[in-house]
Amino acid sequence: MKAAGLRLTLLTAALALGFSVSGHAQDMVVHAKGGLEAKLEYCKTCHGLSGQGYLGYFPMPRLAGQQPEYIEAQLRAFIERRRTNPIMFNVAHVLSPSIMTALATHFRGLNPRPFGGAPRGSIAAGKRIYEEGLPESNVPACSACHGTEGKGQNEIPRLAGQVYAYTVGQLTGWKTERGQGSAVDTSAIMAPTAHNLTRSQVEAVAAYVSYLQ
Amino acid sequence: MKRIGLKIAIMAILASAAPSWAGESPAVRNCTWCHGTGAQGYTVAPRLAGQRPQYIMSQIRSFREHARDNPFSKQYMWSAVAALDPHTARDLAEYFATIPAKAANDGDRTLASRGRTIYLEGIPEANIVSCYACHGPNAEGVRDIPRLGGLAYFYLKGRLEQWGQGYHSGTESPMPMVASHLGPDEIEALASYLSFVK
Repeated sequence: MKAAGLRLTLLTAALALGFSVSGHAQDMVVHAKGGLEAKLEYCKTCHGLSGQGYLGYFPMPRLAGQQPEYIEAQLRAFIERRRTNPIMFNVAHVLSPSIMTALATHFRGLNPRPFGGAPRGSIAAGKRIYEEGLPESNVPACSACHGTEGKGQNEIPRLAGQVYAYTVGQLTGWKTERGQGSAVDTSAIMAPTAHNLTRSQVEAVAAYVSYLQ
Repeated sequence: MKRIGLKIAIMAILASAAPSWAGESPAVRNCTWCHGTGAQGYTVAPRLAGQRPQYIMSQIRSFREHARDNPFSKQYMWSAVAALDPHTARDLAEYFATIPAKAANDGDRTLASRGRTIYLEGIPEANIVSCYACHGPNAEGVRDIPRLGGLAYFYLKGRLEQWGQGYHSGTESPMPMVASHLGPDEIEALASYLSFVK
Protein backbone atom coordinates (compact mmCIF):
# COMPACT_ATOMS: atom_id res chain seq x y z
CA MET A 1 0.00 0.00 0.00
CA LYS A 2 2.74 2.36 1.01
CA ALA A 3 4.86 1.30 -1.98
CA ALA A 4 1.95 1.91 -4.34
CA GLY A 5 1.46 5.34 -2.83
CA LEU A 6 5.11 6.16 -3.31
CA ARG A 7 5.06 4.90 -6.87
CA LEU A 8 2.05 7.09 -7.62
CA THR A 9 3.81 10.09 -6.13
CA LEU A 10 6.93 9.47 -8.21
CA LEU A 11 4.89 8.94 -11.34
CA THR A 12 3.02 12.20 -10.75
CA ALA A 13 6.28 14.02 -10.14
CA ALA A 14 7.80 12.58 -13.32
CA LEU A 15 4.74 13.55 -15.34
CA ALA A 16 4.74 17.05 -13.91
CA LEU A 17 8.43 17.42 -14.75
CA GLY A 18 7.82 16.13 -18.26
CA PHE A 19 5.05 18.62 -18.84
CA SER A 20 7.00 21.54 -17.45
CA VAL A 21 9.99 20.74 -19.65
CA SER A 22 7.91 20.43 -22.81
CA GLY A 23 6.03 23.60 -21.88
CA HIS A 24 9.30 25.45 -21.53
CA ALA A 25 10.57 24.12 -24.86
CA GLN A 26 7.37 25.30 -26.52
CA ASP A 27 7.82 28.79 -25.05
CA MET A 28 11.30 28.95 -26.47
CA VAL A 29 10.12 27.99 -29.95
CA VAL A 30 7.38 30.64 -29.85
CA HIS A 31 9.87 33.15 -28.57
CA ALA A 32 12.36 32.44 -31.34
CA LYS A 33 9.71 32.54 -34.07
CA GLY A 34 8.10 35.76 -32.81
CA GLY A 35 11.56 37.09 -31.93
CA LEU A 36 12.77 39.94 -34.09
CA GLU A 37 9.54 40.78 -35.94
CA ALA A 38 7.50 40.96 -32.74
CA LYS A 39 10.16 43.02 -31.01
CA LEU A 40 10.34 45.47 -33.91
CA GLU A 41 6.59 45.93 -33.79
CA TYR A 42 6.92 46.52 -30.05
CA CYS A 43 9.54 49.26 -30.60
CA LYS A 44 7.46 50.88 -33.32
CA THR A 45 4.38 51.05 -31.12
CA CYS A 46 6.01 53.98 -29.37
CA HIS A 47 8.71 55.12 -31.78
CA GLY A 48 6.39 55.37 -34.78
CA LEU A 49 5.34 52.81 -37.37
CA SER A 50 8.32 53.74 -39.57
CA GLY A 51 10.58 54.67 -36.68
CA GLN A 52 9.98 58.37 -37.37
CA GLY A 53 9.31 59.12 -33.70
CA TYR A 54 6.05 59.92 -31.93
CA LEU A 55 4.58 62.23 -29.35
CA GLY A 56 3.07 60.37 -26.42
CA TYR A 57 2.98 61.81 -22.95
CA PHE A 58 6.73 61.90 -23.48
CA PRO A 59 8.36 62.55 -26.85
CA MET A 60 9.65 59.30 -28.38
CA PRO A 61 12.76 59.84 -30.45
CA ARG A 62 13.15 58.95 -34.10
CA LEU A 63 15.13 55.75 -34.51
CA ALA A 64 14.96 55.63 -38.31
CA GLY A 65 18.36 56.08 -39.92
CA GLN A 66 20.00 56.22 -36.52
CA GLN A 67 23.59 55.04 -36.11
CA PRO A 68 23.47 51.40 -34.93
CA GLU A 69 26.40 51.89 -32.56
CA TYR A 70 24.60 54.78 -30.94
CA ILE A 71 21.39 52.79 -30.48
CA GLU A 72 23.27 49.89 -28.91
CA ALA A 73 25.28 52.21 -26.66
CA GLN A 74 22.10 53.88 -25.43
CA LEU A 75 20.33 50.57 -24.78
CA ARG A 76 23.30 49.55 -22.62
CA ALA A 77 23.22 52.94 -20.88
CA PHE A 78 19.54 52.40 -20.00
CA ILE A 79 20.30 48.95 -18.58
CA GLU A 80 23.26 50.22 -16.55
CA ARG A 81 21.23 53.26 -15.44
CA ARG A 82 23.77 55.70 -16.82
CA ARG A 83 20.84 57.11 -18.72
CA THR A 84 17.91 57.48 -16.38
CA ASN A 85 14.65 56.38 -17.93
CA PRO A 86 12.43 53.84 -16.15
CA ILE A 87 10.46 52.99 -19.28
CA MET A 88 13.52 52.32 -21.39
CA PHE A 89 15.18 50.40 -18.58
CA ASN A 90 12.28 47.97 -18.63
CA VAL A 91 12.35 47.78 -22.40
CA ALA A 92 16.09 47.26 -22.68
CA HIS A 93 16.91 44.90 -19.85
CA VAL A 94 15.24 41.92 -21.53
CA LEU A 95 17.08 42.40 -24.85
CA SER A 96 19.93 40.06 -25.71
CA PRO A 97 23.03 41.58 -27.35
CA SER A 98 22.19 39.85 -30.63
CA ILE A 99 18.64 41.20 -30.77
CA MET A 100 19.95 44.68 -29.91
CA THR A 101 22.23 44.48 -32.93
CA ALA A 102 19.41 43.20 -35.13
CA LEU A 103 17.06 46.00 -34.02
CA ALA A 104 19.70 48.67 -34.51
CA THR A 105 20.52 47.35 -37.98
CA HIS A 106 16.84 47.37 -38.96
CA PHE A 107 16.27 50.96 -37.87
CA ARG A 108 19.42 52.03 -39.68
CA GLY A 109 17.72 51.02 -42.94
CA LEU A 110 14.52 53.06 -42.48
CA ASN A 111 14.17 56.49 -44.03
CA PRO A 112 10.71 58.01 -43.43
CA ARG A 113 10.03 61.74 -43.71
CA PRO A 114 10.74 63.74 -40.55
CA PHE A 115 8.01 63.73 -37.91
CA GLY A 116 7.68 67.51 -38.29
CA GLY A 117 5.66 69.95 -36.24
CA ALA A 118 8.50 72.17 -35.00
CA PRO A 119 8.06 75.95 -35.04
CA ARG A 120 9.65 77.35 -38.19
CA GLY A 121 10.48 80.86 -37.01
CA SER A 122 13.97 80.12 -35.69
CA ILE A 123 15.19 77.62 -38.28
CA ALA A 124 17.68 80.09 -39.78
CA ALA A 125 19.13 80.92 -36.36
CA GLY A 126 19.32 77.19 -35.63
CA LYS A 127 21.16 76.52 -38.86
CA ARG A 128 23.76 79.15 -37.97
CA ILE A 129 24.35 77.64 -34.51
CA TYR A 130 24.44 74.16 -36.01
CA GLU A 131 27.03 75.07 -38.64
CA GLU A 132 29.10 77.71 -36.88
CA GLY A 133 28.54 77.24 -33.16
CA LEU A 134 28.53 80.14 -30.72
CA PRO A 135 32.21 81.00 -30.24
CA GLU A 136 31.42 83.67 -27.61
CA SER A 137 29.61 81.04 -25.48
CA ASN A 138 32.10 78.23 -26.09
CA VAL A 139 29.56 76.25 -28.05
CA PRO A 140 31.23 74.33 -30.86
CA ALA A 141 29.51 73.82 -34.19
CA CYS A 142 27.18 70.81 -33.93
CA SER A 143 28.19 69.87 -37.48
CA ALA A 144 31.78 69.26 -36.35
CA CYS A 145 30.73 65.95 -34.78
CA HIS A 146 27.22 65.26 -36.05
CA GLY A 147 28.15 66.05 -39.67
CA THR A 148 26.91 68.83 -41.93
CA GLU A 149 23.84 66.79 -42.83
CA GLY A 150 23.24 65.71 -39.25
CA LYS A 151 23.67 62.02 -40.01
CA GLY A 152 26.10 61.32 -37.15
CA GLN A 153 28.69 58.54 -37.16
CA ASN A 154 29.40 55.51 -34.97
CA GLU A 155 28.44 56.42 -31.41
CA ILE A 156 27.59 60.01 -32.40
CA PRO A 157 23.88 60.13 -33.12
CA ARG A 158 22.04 61.20 -36.21
CA LEU A 159 20.09 64.38 -35.46
CA ALA A 160 18.47 64.79 -38.87
CA GLY A 161 14.71 64.52 -38.58
CA GLN A 162 14.78 64.09 -34.82
CA VAL A 163 11.53 64.91 -33.03
CA TYR A 164 11.68 68.56 -31.93
CA ALA A 165 10.28 68.09 -28.41
CA TYR A 166 12.70 65.22 -27.81
CA THR A 167 15.80 67.24 -28.77
CA VAL A 168 14.65 70.19 -26.69
CA GLY A 169 14.03 67.91 -23.71
CA GLN A 170 17.44 66.27 -23.95
CA LEU A 171 19.40 69.48 -24.40
CA THR A 172 17.61 71.33 -21.62
CA GLY A 173 17.82 68.44 -19.16
CA TRP A 174 21.15 66.92 -20.10
CA LYS A 175 22.51 66.70 -16.58
CA THR A 176 19.53 64.78 -15.24
CA GLU A 177 18.88 62.60 -18.28
CA ARG A 178 22.23 61.75 -19.74
CA GLY A 179 25.88 61.03 -19.18
CA GLN A 180 25.60 59.79 -15.61
CA GLY A 181 28.86 57.84 -15.88
CA SER A 182 31.14 60.19 -17.73
CA ALA A 183 34.06 57.76 -17.87
CA VAL A 184 32.28 55.40 -20.24
CA ASP A 185 29.78 57.72 -21.89
CA THR A 186 30.64 59.44 -25.11
CA SER A 187 27.56 61.54 -24.52
CA ALA A 188 29.13 63.19 -21.44
CA ILE A 189 30.88 65.46 -23.92
CA MET A 190 27.51 67.10 -24.50
CA ALA A 191 27.11 68.27 -20.90
CA PRO A 192 29.16 71.49 -21.14
CA THR A 193 27.90 72.12 -24.69
CA ALA A 194 24.25 71.82 -23.71
CA HIS A 195 24.86 73.83 -20.56
CA ASN A 196 26.05 76.86 -22.53
CA LEU A 197 23.00 77.02 -24.80
CA THR A 198 20.09 79.22 -23.78
CA ARG A 199 16.56 77.87 -24.04
CA SER A 200 15.85 79.79 -27.22
CA GLN A 201 19.13 78.63 -28.79
CA VAL A 202 18.23 75.03 -27.91
CA GLU A 203 14.83 75.48 -29.54
CA ALA A 204 16.39 76.99 -32.66
CA VAL A 205 18.85 74.13 -33.13
CA ALA A 206 16.19 71.50 -32.36
CA ALA A 207 13.84 73.04 -34.91
CA TYR A 208 16.56 73.18 -37.56
CA VAL A 209 17.65 69.56 -37.21
CA SER A 210 14.05 68.32 -36.99
CA TYR A 211 13.51 69.32 -40.62
CA LEU A 212 16.77 67.87 -41.97
CA GLN A 213 15.99 64.90 -44.19
CA MET B 1 -59.17 73.30 -9.10
CA LYS B 2 -57.97 69.76 -9.37
CA ARG B 3 -56.36 70.52 -12.73
CA ILE B 4 -54.39 73.43 -11.30
CA GLY B 5 -53.21 71.20 -8.49
CA LEU B 6 -51.92 68.66 -10.98
CA LYS B 7 -50.21 71.35 -13.01
CA ILE B 8 -48.44 72.63 -9.92
CA ALA B 9 -47.42 69.14 -8.97
CA ILE B 10 -45.90 68.59 -12.42
CA MET B 11 -44.13 71.93 -12.30
CA ALA B 12 -42.79 71.10 -8.85
CA ILE B 13 -41.40 67.81 -10.14
CA LEU B 14 -39.78 69.56 -13.08
CA ALA B 15 -38.36 72.24 -10.80
CA SER B 16 -36.89 69.66 -8.44
CA ALA B 17 -35.09 68.08 -11.38
CA ALA B 18 -33.74 71.42 -12.53
CA PRO B 19 -30.74 71.79 -10.22
CA SER B 20 -28.86 68.93 -11.90
CA TRP B 21 -29.25 70.75 -15.21
CA ALA B 22 -28.34 74.12 -13.78
CA GLY B 23 -25.89 75.85 -16.05
CA GLU B 24 -26.18 73.16 -18.70
CA SER B 25 -26.96 74.35 -22.20
CA PRO B 26 -29.29 72.24 -24.37
CA ALA B 27 -26.23 70.97 -26.25
CA VAL B 28 -24.58 69.83 -23.03
CA ARG B 29 -27.83 68.27 -21.84
CA ASN B 30 -28.05 66.27 -25.06
CA CYS B 31 -24.72 64.66 -24.09
CA THR B 32 -25.42 64.19 -20.40
CA TRP B 33 -28.68 62.34 -21.03
CA CYS B 34 -26.46 59.35 -21.69
CA HIS B 35 -23.04 60.39 -20.36
CA GLY B 36 -24.45 60.90 -16.90
CA THR B 37 -25.00 63.70 -14.42
CA GLY B 38 -22.10 66.12 -14.59
CA ALA B 39 -20.84 64.08 -17.57
CA GLN B 40 -19.38 61.56 -15.12
CA GLY B 41 -20.34 58.61 -17.31
CA TYR B 42 -23.25 56.21 -17.04
CA THR B 43 -23.26 52.48 -17.83
CA VAL B 44 -21.86 52.10 -21.37
CA ALA B 45 -21.38 55.82 -21.98
CA PRO B 46 -17.93 56.89 -20.77
CA ARG B 47 -17.16 59.85 -18.54
CA LEU B 48 -16.50 63.02 -20.50
CA ALA B 49 -15.66 65.09 -17.43
CA GLY B 50 -11.94 65.82 -17.31
CA GLN B 51 -11.36 64.23 -20.71
CA ARG B 52 -8.78 65.86 -23.02
CA PRO B 53 -10.62 68.29 -25.32
CA GLN B 54 -8.54 67.31 -28.36
CA TYR B 55 -9.43 63.69 -27.75
CA ILE B 56 -13.15 64.44 -27.49
CA MET B 57 -12.99 66.41 -30.73
CA SER B 58 -11.07 63.68 -32.55
CA GLN B 59 -13.62 61.09 -31.45
CA ILE B 60 -16.59 63.24 -32.48
CA ARG B 61 -14.94 63.55 -35.87
CA SER B 62 -14.41 59.81 -36.10
CA PHE B 63 -18.07 59.15 -35.21
CA ARG B 64 -19.18 61.62 -37.85
CA GLU B 65 -16.95 59.95 -40.44
CA HIS B 66 -18.15 56.53 -39.25
CA ALA B 67 -14.54 55.56 -38.61
CA ARG B 68 -14.96 54.56 -34.96
CA ASP B 69 -17.09 51.53 -35.55
CA ASN B 70 -17.57 49.45 -32.40
CA PRO B 71 -21.23 48.47 -31.78
CA PHE B 72 -22.14 51.17 -29.20
CA SER B 73 -20.45 53.87 -31.26
CA LYS B 74 -22.41 52.80 -34.31
CA GLN B 75 -25.65 52.42 -32.41
CA TYR B 76 -25.55 55.70 -30.47
CA MET B 77 -22.76 58.06 -31.42
CA TRP B 78 -22.98 58.05 -35.20
CA SER B 79 -26.43 59.61 -35.09
CA ALA B 80 -25.74 61.62 -31.93
CA VAL B 81 -23.03 63.70 -33.63
CA ALA B 82 -24.55 63.79 -37.11
CA ALA B 83 -26.00 67.26 -36.64
CA LEU B 84 -23.18 68.60 -34.47
CA ASP B 85 -21.23 71.39 -36.16
CA PRO B 86 -17.47 71.60 -35.49
CA HIS B 87 -17.83 74.85 -33.56
CA THR B 88 -20.30 73.35 -31.06
CA ALA B 89 -18.17 70.22 -30.87
CA ARG B 90 -15.21 72.31 -29.78
CA ASP B 91 -17.25 74.23 -27.21
CA LEU B 92 -18.57 70.98 -25.76
CA ALA B 93 -15.12 69.40 -25.63
CA GLU B 94 -13.67 72.42 -23.86
CA TYR B 95 -16.57 72.55 -21.42
CA PHE B 96 -16.37 68.88 -20.45
CA ALA B 97 -12.61 69.13 -19.98
CA THR B 98 -13.12 71.72 -17.24
CA ILE B 99 -15.33 69.43 -15.09
CA PRO B 100 -13.23 67.56 -12.49
CA ALA B 101 -13.34 63.80 -13.08
CA LYS B 102 -14.51 61.42 -10.36
CA ALA B 103 -12.99 57.94 -10.36
CA ALA B 104 -15.43 55.12 -11.15
CA ASN B 105 -13.78 52.82 -8.56
CA ASP B 106 -15.63 49.84 -9.98
CA GLY B 107 -12.81 47.46 -10.89
CA ASP B 108 -11.55 44.43 -9.00
CA ARG B 109 -9.36 45.76 -6.19
CA THR B 110 -7.36 42.57 -5.96
CA LEU B 111 -6.16 43.06 -9.56
CA ALA B 112 -5.25 46.74 -9.20
CA SER B 113 -1.61 46.32 -8.23
CA ARG B 114 -0.98 43.90 -11.11
CA GLY B 115 -2.67 46.41 -13.40
CA ARG B 116 -0.52 49.21 -12.08
CA THR B 117 2.66 47.26 -12.82
CA ILE B 118 1.54 46.60 -16.39
CA TYR B 119 0.49 50.24 -16.78
CA LEU B 120 3.88 51.54 -15.66
CA GLU B 121 6.28 48.90 -16.97
CA GLY B 122 4.45 46.92 -19.61
CA ILE B 123 5.59 43.32 -19.92
CA PRO B 124 8.70 43.64 -22.07
CA GLU B 125 9.19 39.85 -22.34
CA ALA B 126 5.74 39.62 -23.95
CA ASN B 127 6.19 42.78 -26.06
CA ILE B 128 3.50 44.58 -24.07
CA VAL B 129 4.36 48.27 -24.01
CA SER B 130 4.10 50.58 -21.02
CA CYS B 131 0.84 52.56 -21.07
CA TYR B 132 2.52 55.27 -19.04
CA ALA B 133 4.73 56.35 -21.96
CA CYS B 134 1.75 57.79 -23.82
CA HIS B 135 -1.05 58.19 -21.26
CA GLY B 136 1.13 59.79 -18.58
CA PRO B 137 2.12 58.98 -14.99
CA ASN B 138 -1.39 59.48 -13.65
CA ALA B 139 -3.27 58.24 -16.73
CA GLU B 140 -4.27 61.85 -17.35
CA GLY B 141 -3.63 61.78 -21.10
CA VAL B 142 -2.28 64.64 -23.19
CA ARG B 143 -3.42 66.37 -26.40
CA ASP B 144 -5.49 63.80 -28.31
CA ILE B 145 -4.29 60.92 -26.13
CA PRO B 146 -7.18 60.22 -23.76
CA ARG B 147 -7.34 60.34 -19.99
CA LEU B 148 -7.89 56.78 -18.80
CA GLY B 149 -7.73 57.37 -15.07
CA GLY B 150 -11.06 56.80 -13.35
CA LEU B 151 -13.00 55.60 -16.40
CA ALA B 152 -15.42 52.77 -15.73
CA TYR B 153 -14.08 49.21 -15.66
CA PHE B 154 -16.69 48.02 -18.14
CA TYR B 155 -15.83 50.73 -20.64
CA LEU B 156 -12.05 50.28 -20.37
CA LYS B 157 -12.31 46.52 -20.70
CA GLY B 158 -14.61 46.82 -23.70
CA ARG B 159 -12.35 49.26 -25.50
CA LEU B 160 -9.24 47.18 -24.93
CA GLU B 161 -11.06 44.10 -26.23
CA GLN B 162 -12.49 45.87 -29.26
CA TRP B 163 -9.12 46.73 -30.72
CA GLY B 164 -8.22 43.08 -30.61
CA GLN B 165 -11.53 42.25 -32.31
CA GLY B 166 -10.72 44.41 -35.30
CA TYR B 167 -12.81 47.51 -34.60
CA HIS B 168 -11.32 50.85 -35.57
CA SER B 169 -10.83 54.12 -33.76
CA GLY B 170 -10.52 56.40 -36.75
CA THR B 171 -7.27 57.99 -35.69
CA GLU B 172 -3.71 56.99 -36.41
CA SER B 173 -3.53 55.27 -33.10
CA PRO B 174 -1.00 52.64 -32.10
CA MET B 175 -3.71 51.08 -29.91
CA PRO B 176 -4.65 48.19 -32.22
CA MET B 177 -1.02 47.09 -32.07
CA VAL B 178 -0.83 47.63 -28.31
CA ALA B 179 -4.04 45.76 -27.55
CA SER B 180 -3.26 42.80 -29.81
CA HIS B 181 -0.64 41.69 -27.27
CA LEU B 182 -2.94 41.92 -24.25
CA GLY B 183 -4.58 38.76 -22.96
CA PRO B 184 -7.88 38.68 -20.99
CA ASP B 185 -6.04 38.67 -17.64
CA GLU B 186 -3.98 41.72 -18.53
CA ILE B 187 -7.04 43.57 -19.79
CA GLU B 188 -8.93 42.88 -16.57
CA ALA B 189 -5.98 43.98 -14.46
CA LEU B 190 -5.49 47.21 -16.42
CA ALA B 191 -9.19 48.09 -16.48
CA SER B 192 -9.41 47.43 -12.76
CA TYR B 193 -6.38 49.54 -11.90
CA LEU B 194 -7.42 52.44 -14.10
CA SER B 195 -10.93 52.57 -12.65
CA PHE B 196 -9.38 53.60 -9.31
CA VAL B 197 -6.97 56.23 -10.63
CA LYS B 198 -7.93 59.77 -9.62
